[in-house]
Amino acid sequence: MKLITGRTIEQGQNLENKLSEEYQKAVAVCELNEDDMKEIGVSEGENVKVKTQFGEIVVVAKKASANPKGIAFIPMGPWANAVIGGDTHGVGMPQFKGIDAEVEKTSEKVLPVKELMKSLGV
Amino acid sequence: MAELLIKNGIVFDPINGVKGEKMDICIKDGKIVESVSSEAKVIDASGCIVMPGGVDAHTHIAGGKVNAGRLLRPEDGRKGLEPRTSVCRACSGYSVPNTFATGYRYAKMGYTFLMEPAMPPLKARHMHEELMDTPIVDKAGMPLLDNNWMTLQYVKSGDIEKLAAYIAWMINATKGYGVKIVNPGGTEAWGWRKNCGLEDPVPYFDVTPAEIIKALAEANERLSLPHSIHLHANRLGQPGNYETTLKTYDLVKDIKPSRDRQVMHATHVQFHSYGGTKWADFESKADEIAKYVNQHEHITIDLGAVMLGDTTTMTADGPMEYNLYLLTGRKWTNCDVELETGAGITPFLYSGKVPVNTIQWAIGIELALLVEDPWKVVLTTDHPNGGPFITYPILISLLMSRKRREEVMKEVHSVINQRAVLPTIERELDWYEIAIMTRGTPAKILGLHEHGKGHLGIGADADVAIYEISPEETDAGRIQKALLSAKYTIKGGEVVVKDGEVVAAPEGRTFYVDVRYEDEEVWKEMLGDLERMFKEYYTVSLANYPVQDHYVPKPYVIKAGAAE
Amino acid sequence: MPTITDVVCPLCGCLCDNISVEVEDNAVKKVSGACAVGRAKLLGHESRIRSPMIREGGEFRECSYEEAIRKAAEILAAARRPLLYGWSSTVCEAHKVGILLAEVLGGVIDNTASVCHGPTVQAVQGVGLPTCTLGEVKNRADLIIYWGANPVEAHGNHMRRYSYISKGWFRPGGKKDRKLVVVDVRETRTAKMADLFIKVEPNKDYLVLAALRAIVNGFADVIPDEVGGVPKERLVELAEMMKKAQFGIIFFGMGLTQSRYKHNNIEQAISLVRDLYAFTKFAIMPMRGHYNVTGFNQVCTWQTGFPFAVDFARGYAWYNPGETAANDVLSRKECDAALIVASDPAAHFPAESVKYLAKIPLVVIDPYPNLTTEIADVVIPSAISGIEAEGTAYRMDKVPLRLKKLVDSEFMTDEEILERILDEVLKIKGLR
Repeated sequence: MKLITGRTIEQGQNLENKLSEEYQKAVAVCELNEDDMKEIGVSEGENVKVKTQFGEIVVVAKKASANPKGIAFIPMGPWANAVIGGDTHGVGMPQFKGIDAEVEKTSEKVLPVKELMKSLGV
Repeated sequence: MAELLIKNGIVFDPINGVKGEKMDICIKDGKIVESVSSEAKVIDASGCIVMPGGVDAHTHIAGGKVNAGRLLRPEDGRKGLEPRTSVCRACSGYSVPNTFATGYRYAKMGYTFLMEPAMPPLKARHMHEELMDTPIVDKAGMPLLDNNWMTLQYVKSGDIEKLAAYIAWMINATKGYGVKIVNPGGTEAWGWRKNCGLEDPVPYFDVTPAEIIKALAEANERLSLPHSIHLHANRLGQPGNYETTLKTYDLVKDIKPSRDRQVMHATHVQFHSYGGTKWADFESKADEIAKYVNQHEHITIDLGAVMLGDTTTMTADGPMEYNLYLLTGRKWTNCDVELETGAGITPFLYSGKVPVNTIQWAIGIELALLVEDPWKVVLTTDHPNGGPFITYPILISLLMSRKRREEVMKEVHSVINQRAVLPTIERELDWYEIAIMTRGTPAKILGLHEHGKGHLGIGADADVAIYEISPEETDAGRIQKALLSAKYTIKGGEVVVKDGEVVAAPEGRTFYVDVRYEDEEVWKEMLGDLERMFKEYYTVSLANYPVQDHYVPKPYVIKAGAAE
Repeated sequence: MPTITDVVCPLCGCLCDNISVEVEDNAVKKVSGACAVGRAKLLGHESRIRSPMIREGGEFRECSYEEAIRKAAEILAAARRPLLYGWSSTVCEAHKVGILLAEVLGGVIDNTASVCHGPTVQAVQGVGLPTCTLGEVKNRADLIIYWGANPVEAHGNHMRRYSYISKGWFRPGGKKDRKLVVVDVRETRTAKMADLFIKVEPNKDYLVLAALRAIVNGFADVIPDEVGGVPKERLVELAEMMKKAQFGIIFFGMGLTQSRYKHNNIEQAISLVRDLYAFTKFAIMPMRGHYNVTGFNQVCTWQTGFPFAVDFARGYAWYNPGETAANDVLSRKECDAALIVASDPAAHFPAESVKYLAKIPLVVIDPYPNLTTEIADVVIPSAISGIEAEGTAYRMDKVPLRLKKLVDSEFMTDEEILERILDEVLKIKGLR
């Protein structure tokens, strides 16, 4: 799959509220196409693990009517960035969109933000 | 405050008729005074030329398009890198220096007043922020008022009173100095990727540039502003444009000036003095333009001289900049400003190997030498369009030394002998004439001589340039060196440059005009029209538009109109 | 409740300035005219950093402003290569102090543009930027294209105030007088409004833009049947729409800057607009994210000569994104201290950069607790610019506006805090 990360209204409304549950609900999610969800075997509200060459992260699956098959969207934030690399390829800008990713069903829990930071060794 | 005594310098102060006299200049509390006490600090100016601080009446140093030029050209930024010192901030740039470098380098050349000639009113705040960060010099900016939809509508209806009211409101709102006109009508047409010649009606608004220019000149005089209209004429840069130029100058010759000054200041005239019909037969018509200027008293000019080398062009003449980009294929930025104006920026290299550039180079110098009365001429390169201001010493040395001109003419394209006038000109300007073109004329055309600038009479601002050069010196190289790095520059009575180095960097003042339009009925109607413009068509609120006092922390206000 | 009108919203690059707020008991109680995200900012949140704090033994200890400022200055003055990052959510007056501080320290100063439209700047430095102010779009544009941008979610009032839905002098019918085209990898909420939605495969925008340029310039015959997941007929259709428009505009966002090929994507998009100039009037504009990301780039450019990623280690400005941007110095583990102002890199940088940021001495100036304050060593609360402090900001089209102060605050402004830190640094360095 290809992973993209970016803005949403709910993410934007909680820019100054990042330690809250609302922020986590808005941002620790992965929007998936219905058919992809069927293949992965996950329903809305269940957890998925997203893996890239840079790391893995557990977030909540959400149905996106707009995503074509093969595209996973995680709103920008620390959950998304757990699987984004720091190399800027000589440009200064990391690649936040179009990353190769695997998405699988998981029973692991979504880490609240403070624990997420700790788990990153931060 | 401190007293200074500048002794034994050879003084050139044209506004007061001082032509190379050995005399002392006395300074106290930032002003020129009759005499000072024995406590005064003495500066020995023996063997030096002393002039009032230079006044640049037209230099693009601050605002949206200047900054777009800086951003566009990091390669230019890297050309002028200088580390910070205990007095100075870090510097960058050559044709688009950072604001700190602008102030320091002008001060090192003995300049103390700069006029930013073109601010889009919607972005006036930006210009003022950059002026705030331009150290040492005093400065001002002129709002662009000729392609504005309000202007176009009032010109169409022939309502000079409402136009004057609008001009007054805009000059106040932008904390501006005067009425700037750039490619009138044409820059609005560029909003649709079109352009206008002098008599072409502007799409939708159905007025001609000629009508706009006349109406703005009348409104300007109606308000009795310190400066006249300041005009960048239509068809800039095009072969054969000199006919448009002459027609343009003629438009306002019967308008009576409200003050003892010109009715129109025509800017960077070099770019408007072209003959021929295409690039292949491009030639100088500086002689025709100079003849006109010699025969008329209502007009003053500044050179906009081309200096050979790389530079960055930037004007509100959007279509012209696009055409330049088509010629060179280099990078190009354009920014049209809603309801008001536009801008274009592109790098350019003037090469002595290229026939057209060679003729352009000749024209700037020809204009200075063919216009008989130096009180009609201001020395500029339309920085950075013709060349960076840092080349002024080179330009001056060319005007003063026929020998130097001939040396350069041998190196440039031979077309100069067929399609330019310069090889036939023998005249060499003297220091007095140079002082007129860089101090006297610019101060007078702007009305600044009444506010302490451009001269060293009692009561004037103590802005003084001391150059380590004898008036008898004729060597071009030595002239350039002395003018590039003043022995002393004094600003407001404080020594800011010594031996070519900045030793103090106080903040300068922003000059602007506060003009009152007194007919309350007309004012109310104009405001009603303005409010509708903002409500329906602008993307900012009327309340947020005027420049707040925060952006002029050190103001110098000149009252005009009914406020005088 | 007193109403303040013509309020400038301090959230995104739209910088809407027609907002009204009602203030009661020194708090913003009601907001009208703002989008959902702007309203949330203006109404504010419960959690504020109540006091300056210094981390000792792993825990935060509250302290005075003086102590926190002194500690911050000590950290920065002792560093060999400090990074000063963020800036985009505060006013230009604070930026100026930050740049001077970076110059004095010989450090690296960078803003959020390096993870946003930095690639755009780099493209512009290659080919230029044919653009305009937003009112030109409102009054003239009959073709609006959003490419890799989703204004419904990220710039809530953009279409209503400036583009597709707005009514202008030459477009009095609003939507009826305009066409909307959206190009994206998925059918976003913005795409659902479009007259034409073009779905591109991820990382294929460059190919699509290049194909469009070929078609516009008369070389449709070399284009295959499908480019980047887009059928050729769609591209030919779009090219025709663009050439036939009276005034077209491309607004573009992170879809082009953050996907593969980055600044190369933008260079193609800008070149496409330049090509279109042969036929009609066209413009292109980046959708700037934070409300004053543009302002920082403006101030940094006129003060240093360069727009972001400026390294003062040599005493003058050295600009080289890829070497001097925040993620570069972090991923190379080069900086040995950091000052973060008005942004949250711990939330928005790749994990690898955040891990290193957490290891070095870190000073944060911000009104709200966020992920960067969580890992900071010194936290200094500031007044919220645009609500509790006034100052200058630049809209995405570089129009400057002055933000208002709506309520009083017990907190110092970013500008004041930075000036005091600068003062302390100069004292420590013996330059005061």
